[in-house]
Amino acid sequence: MDYGAALELQRQIVAERQQGLIPDQLLLLEHPHVITLGRNGHAANLLASAEVLSRAGIAYYPTDRGGDVTYHGPGQLVGYPIVDLREWKRDVGAYVRAVEQTLIDTLSDYGISAGRIPKLTGVWVDDRKIAAIGVHIGRWVTSHGFALNVSTDLSYFQYIVPCGLTKPVTSMAALGVVASLQEVGQTLAAHFGRVFDCEMGELIHD
Amino acid sequence: MTDVVMPQMGESIVEGTLTKWLKKPGERIQRDEPLFEISTDKVDTEIPSPAAGVLSEILVEEGKTVGINTVVARIEESAAVAPGPEGTPLSPVSSELPAAPPPPPPPEPSAPLSPLVRKLAREHNLDLTQMQGTGAGGRITKQDVEARLAQAAPPPAAPAMPAAPPLPPAAAPRTRIEPLSPMRIKIAEHMVLSKRTSAHVTTIHRVDMTKVAKMRERSKAGFQAAYGFSLTYLPFLTRAAAVALRHFPLLNASLDGNNIIHHNEINIGIAVALENGLIVPVVRAADEKTVAGLQRAIVDLATRARTRQLKPDEVQGGTFSITNFGSYGSLVGTPIINQPQVAIMGVGTVEKTPVVIDDAIAIRSICLLSLSFDHRLIDGALADQFMSKVKQVLEGWSEEVL
Repeated sequence: MDYGAALELQRQIVAERQQGLIPDQLLLLEHPHVITLGRNGHAANLLASAEVLSRAGIAYYPTDRGGDVTYHGPGQLVGYPIVDLREWKRDVGAYVRAVEQTLIDTLSDYGISAGRIPKLTGVWVDDRKIAAIGVHIGRWVTSHGFALNVSTDLSYFQYIVPCGLTKPVTSMAALGVVASLQEVGQTLAAHFGRVFDCEMGELIHD
Repeated sequence: MTDVVMPQMGESIVEGTLTKWLKKPGERIQRDEPLFEISTDKVDTEIPSPAAGVLSEILVEEGKTVGINTVVARIEESAAVAPGPEGTPLSPVSSELPAAPPPPPPPEPSAPLSPLVRKLAREHNLDLTQMQGTGAGGRITKQDVEARLAQAAPPPAAPAMPAAPPLPPAAAPRTRIEPLSPMRIKIAEHMVLSKRTSAHVTTIHRVDMTKVAKMRERSKAGFQAAYGFSLTYLPFLTRAAAVALRHFPLLNASLDGNNIIHHNEINIGIAVALENGLIVPVVRAADEKTVAGLQRAIVDLATRARTRQLKPDEVQGGTFSITNFGSYGSLVGTPIINQPQVAIMGVGTVEKTPVVIDDAIAIRSICLLSLSFDHRLIDGALADQFMSKVKQVLEGWSEEVL
């Protein structure tokens, strides 16, 4: 799904969630090549000019999520949990840790031992980042979320300094795990339900 | 007048960075309308206004990080009621429907309770509004509830016995109770965590700083003139540590459970004493900097640390730390490791000392350097080899500074 369309979809769902019209949601999708900049991002961490990006077929969006610059593209499982934290723990820190846990548990199912690096949000395998996290919260309702590199073409990260960190990235494929986004999404949804203690309904795919 | 405070975004969060004001002073705002944005961790949050009125004053500017419950702005409410019927649509002739009033805000306790605390209170039928919390921002913690339950102790034995009444206040108080500042709480947690995590061992080496002292003496005036700040011993020590870290990279690693995380970059944290605490800003790629470059980075970070202008990423990502207690006259110390790093070097004061060289007594500038290392990962032999390298670099110093 196009990043702009996904933003619009999130906006609608967030508004409905804020009004209490719908329960918590988890959107799982895949974006075409796009580079997005968080609210506190530094354009300096974008290493290529807008012109170079458009020549490489990469869209560019400044957004209102937390975090710095990141890349999304084919082979990456992007998840947007839209959760009312008032009904969960009312704790932004615990929310981010729980999202990390969901990813760690998912990777563990594929035999990948991933973990956290203190103070660096995201999920890491050794010193390589496999999943990025950036969240926005309005009236305690979350949006944006995480991006897990399943079979992402990692060369696209050369255009940015991921999250402003000069650390390398990796993917499940680079670690020798062959899995489809669909399949990883199913596994992840199950873990999400367990970590957040909620029943998972139908999954939305683009 | 309503104070707008930095909200608490969760149990573990004691401060937030104000990233953006969505209203300007003098602007009108509705209750619950987004007023500002804060950033904690990788999360950006919009904070709604606690009251309707006019934003009269902004007290914390964008980019500043402040503790929870810090007043960040004031809202003048009277302005909302005084000049006209503000709650009703401004133009009654308009045929448009009046805008729906914003949804009522959820009942929000001034300091939110964790689900665990709520559950405990429910189970034991405790009135939490009657309790004084000791958590961050006066929040009631699980420990508070447990303490209260322990106070009201033996319910099975004598359920009729009332809880002991609080002691009457003494005429002249002998103590004063002051809550810890958020920074103090963080420091306390970090120190205890480190002591609990690492197997601390400290080794001490005596280093002859005479050559460095001479180099410093010789370059001092020129350095001040060229760069506008003075030349201290610290950049020499940082440089020596960086060289030694390249030789013994395990000292530059960190431990995560049963994994060693090797860092390719040498990012050295320099402990900076603040008025009521300390912070460890990080000199990045320290091995790629000259003495002048290191001194500049140290001066810049220390100045901004003292004026609270450090950015969050300037205190993160350190791979090794140096603490210079010598500047306060200490001869030697046993510093606590800055987690998740595995070693920290402590610098004692540099003093002219009589030493024996080739059976003669000489006056040399001597400094005691201590290294606290995590014995889980680093063995004594390696730690001492590392320190010998630091010593060798400093004692054989020849590199010009200017």
